Amino acid sequence: MAERGLSHSTSCWRQHALLLEGTGKRERERDRSRVVLAMGMFLLCFAVLAARLIVLAVAPAPAESVGYSARQALSASRPDILDRNGEILATDIKTPSLYAEPRKLIDVDEAIDGLMSVMPDLDGEKLRHEFATDRGFVFVRREITPAQQAAVHRLGIPGLGFVEENRRVYPAGNEASHVLGHVNVDQEGGAGIEKYLDDEGLKVLRESGLSAEGAQRPVALTIDLRVQHALRAELAAAMERYEAKAAAGVILDARTGEVAAMVSLPDFDPNTPAEALDPERLNRVTGGVYELGSTFKAFTAAMALDEGSATLSDSYDATKPIRISSFTIDDYHAKRRWLTVPEIFIYSSNIGAARMALDVGKVRHRAFLTRLGLLDAPGGELPEKAKPLVPANWSEVTTITASFGHGISSTPLAAASAAAALVNGGYLLPATFLPRSRAEARDLARPVLRATTSRDMRYLMRLNVTNGTATKADAEGYRVGGKTGTAEKIVNGRYAKNRLLTSFLGAFPMDDPQYVVLVMLDEPQGSAETHGYATAGWNSVPVTGNIIRRVAPMLGIQPRLDEPGKGKSGVTLASY
Amino acid sequence: MFNFGRADRSALADWWWTVDRALLAAILCLAVFGIVFSMAASPPVAAKLGLDEFHFVKRQAVFVVAGLGLMVAVSLASPRLMRRIALAVFVVGLAAMVLALFQGAEIKGARRWLDIGSFSLQPSEFVKPAFVLLAAWMFAEGKRRPEIPGVAMATGMLALVATLLLLQPDVGQTLLLALVWGALLFMAGMSWRWVGGLAGLGAAGFVTAYLTVPHVTERVDRFLDPASGDTYQVDTALEAVTRGSWFGRGPGEGTIKRVLPDSHTDFVFAVTAEEFGIIVCLALLAVFAFIVLRVLYRSFREHDIFIRFAASGLVVMFGLQAVINMGVNLALLPAKGMTLPLISAGGSSTLSICYALGMVVGLTRRRVGAEAMIGGGLLESGNRWHA
Repeated sequence: MAERGLSHSTSCWRQHALLLEGTGKRERERDRSRVVLAMGMFLLCFAVLAARLIVLAVAPAPAESVGYSARQALSASRPDILDRNGEILATDIKTPSLYAEPRKLIDVDEAIDGLMSVMPDLDGEKLRHEFATDRGFVFVRREITPAQQAAVHRLGIPGLGFVEENRRVYPAGNEASHVLGHVNVDQEGGAGIEKYLDDEGLKVLRESGLSAEGAQRPVALTIDLRVQHALRAELAAAMERYEAKAAAGVILDARTGEVAAMVSLPDFDPNTPAEALDPERLNRVTGGVYELGSTFKAFTAAMALDEGSATLSDSYDATKPIRISSFTIDDYHAKRRWLTVPEIFIYSSNIGAARMALDVGKVRHRAFLTRLGLLDAPGGELPEKAKPLVPANWSEVTTITASFGHGISSTPLAAASAAAALVNGGYLLPATFLPRSRAEARDLARPVLRATTSRDMRYLMRLNVTNGTATKADAEGYRVGGKTGTAEKIVNGRYAKNRLLTSFLGAFPMDDPQYVVLVMLDEPQGSAETHGYATAGWNSVPVTGNIIRRVAPMLGIQPRLDEPGKGKSGVTLASY
Repeated sequence: MFNFGRADRSALADWWWTVDRALLAAILCLAVFGIVFSMAASPPVAAKLGLDEFHFVKRQAVFVVAGLGLMVAVSLASPRLMRRIALAVFVVGLAAMVLALFQGAEIKGARRWLDIGSFSLQPSEFVKPAFVLLAAWMFAEGKRRPEIPGVAMATGMLALVATLLLLQPDVGQTLLLALVWGALLFMAGMSWRWVGGLAGLGAAGFVTAYLTVPHVTERVDRFLDPASGDTYQVDTALEAVTRGSWFGRGPGEGTIKRVLPDSHTDFVFAVTAEEFGIIVCLALLAVFAFIVLRVLYRSFREHDIFIRFAASGLVVMFGLQAVINMGVNLALLPAKGMTLPLISAGGSSTLSICYALGMVVGLTRRRVGAEAMIGGGLLESGNRWHA
């Protein structure tokens, strides 16, 4: 082969040699210098690489670490939430979270089999998919129990590890669920006070440099866990007894606007926040709007008295139904005679209420309800706030229906706040879940009624309990007063006779009202015990009585068993 | 092994006495390194693919042995025969590349493989050295005989190969070939004005690629600003090197190889650093540097311009590939799929490198009168193929 190549090449070369004569020596020298330059460049490259290697060798070796993402994953701590007496409603505890480092897993199948044996509800397919990646950090499960941690630890699988994470715990479970709300797995507030703290409180804390762990002061609420529990227990019992779909209640300090207890059933356990997503479990007190029915007659009466169009001794014609456009307004138990204002109130006369409202006029009616905050979203810190439903055009018909609580829908909390103004001397205070002193309340208070109107309303509300539709609310010694309401719910655009929403809006003690109570039952059913009645007087009213009997001692209200001027009529007047 | 007398005139004996044995030793050294390092880097990859742990080691050994045989065989050929072989390889390779575009399996988003039995062949790997040799020939002919448009022909060939490579797409190899072509042009004595112009053109081409090819944009952005995206591979490679420190963690003790994709090919250098230490890496670097500089030096002394161009062009390709690969591993260059010659696993690339090195070894065989007397008067002497 070489032999043959020899002869060929020789002849080739001879040709070349001849041609090469044309190229000068200088040019060849230049070409050679180019090779030297190329060598220089390569030398430079290799020198740089060597230098880099040496620099890396001298650099300190990285610490054996889990990867900084694991450390970052530690979620933020949150302040404890306490009730007004210092009972813990929400706190942080440290729990282990299980993570995997797929790139360190040697046998993915073994790891998954082991994990499934400890936590059979893990999604094996999903894990297999995640473990097949080269990621450095994957959460397998957040917030596992110490027993699970020990079991996984015993598996001895390299590439699995634990990080301590803060977990939010609500020791009272369901008790104050709608007030507290819940947090997600990253400790971010999703509802209630928790969300409020994220939106406002924590932001403020951070701005003031207090966000560091351990530096977060507990947040005290106005909620009294004992009162909250009593309210919830009574409402839950009532829901069962009257087979109601839902129940809600709120107890408000009439002098400061502080919410002492707030319950909406069905509720959820904030420790398992997924439950809260069920729309049936919404917070009905601040997040739902309802036609509260005759309860609104308290506002109608207050308006007539405050605007000066009526006094307690005035009478209105309730002899026949009112006909306006296509509506006929009639009374449930019609008296067919002229009724005094107190009679209208305790008999809950629709005709009388409508006449009182028409006397004032639709413009001033609307202005009055606005002044009382009934046409606005309720106060309070909870992010779940519903806007009332109000007709765009406020007509005569609107005034008539609104006078007995139909045609406009309000939140129960707004109604309770307005009721507080009716009885506390005429001052409207925004509701709050954060403690507020009397002095602060005085600064915030907005006078909306004359003091005399408030006095008259106290009389009317008390009268309604002693002689009217709400006798079953009378907790002995606590001088309860209030107004009942039984509203037919709208089903497919019509009022349904058998679907009721009953409510009682009361206050106690009526000689110096300290607390307002609102109780609402959604579709309570009549029973033998109630003689088939499902109206407020048979359910919401006695429930309120029970509640007040239980909570009044906790709230420091002195019972007065020598109560003067209590008329025992012995007659249960038809409610409505 | 080589027990040839000086008087032995057989082809092999002739080869043994004329070949650059230091170069040969360095190449053998690399081949052994390659097998040893693949024992460290490839078992986790094999395990991941569900293969026998030493699957890639055995394969690599087979390819290295076959490659070394190929290298010796090629180095036995005369320059003239080498050109003929290169032409044949070039033509067949181009045809195979076209075929791969239409028939080949798409691996990691590129069509560059042809299945031949159980072996998938990457035709572009073989086209590369053949192209370099042919381009060197064109340049040499162009210089010798001004009537032959050597530069234009070489440029045309580059355009052809580059087009096929970009269709796969394989920007890295295109860049490599363009650089080698540029180096040839440079060493062929192009005026500095042209060099500057071409460098500008290259820069413009790079900017165009950066602006138009999203994949290139991404790689460069990440290199320039590591915070802009996932620099996981490069970070991990660097971590491996740092963990290895001077003496390494010991063979088999590395952990990064389990994490790093392509640990047995593109990132074998980092894995080596972790297990065998930076001193071994420096030694490896020295072997590469020795091969490149030795061949360039031999070319510098070489008097025949075709041989000078061909040997230096081939070794520039070899050296660039090594420098780019190590640069990427050490996070000095943007991530680019480039194998480390003879060290990275891979059949096509090993055989291709051996083919190229075979040509280099053959071209640098000592011939009477081949070396010019620098600064002396005697530049031409006869009988070049006399042994």
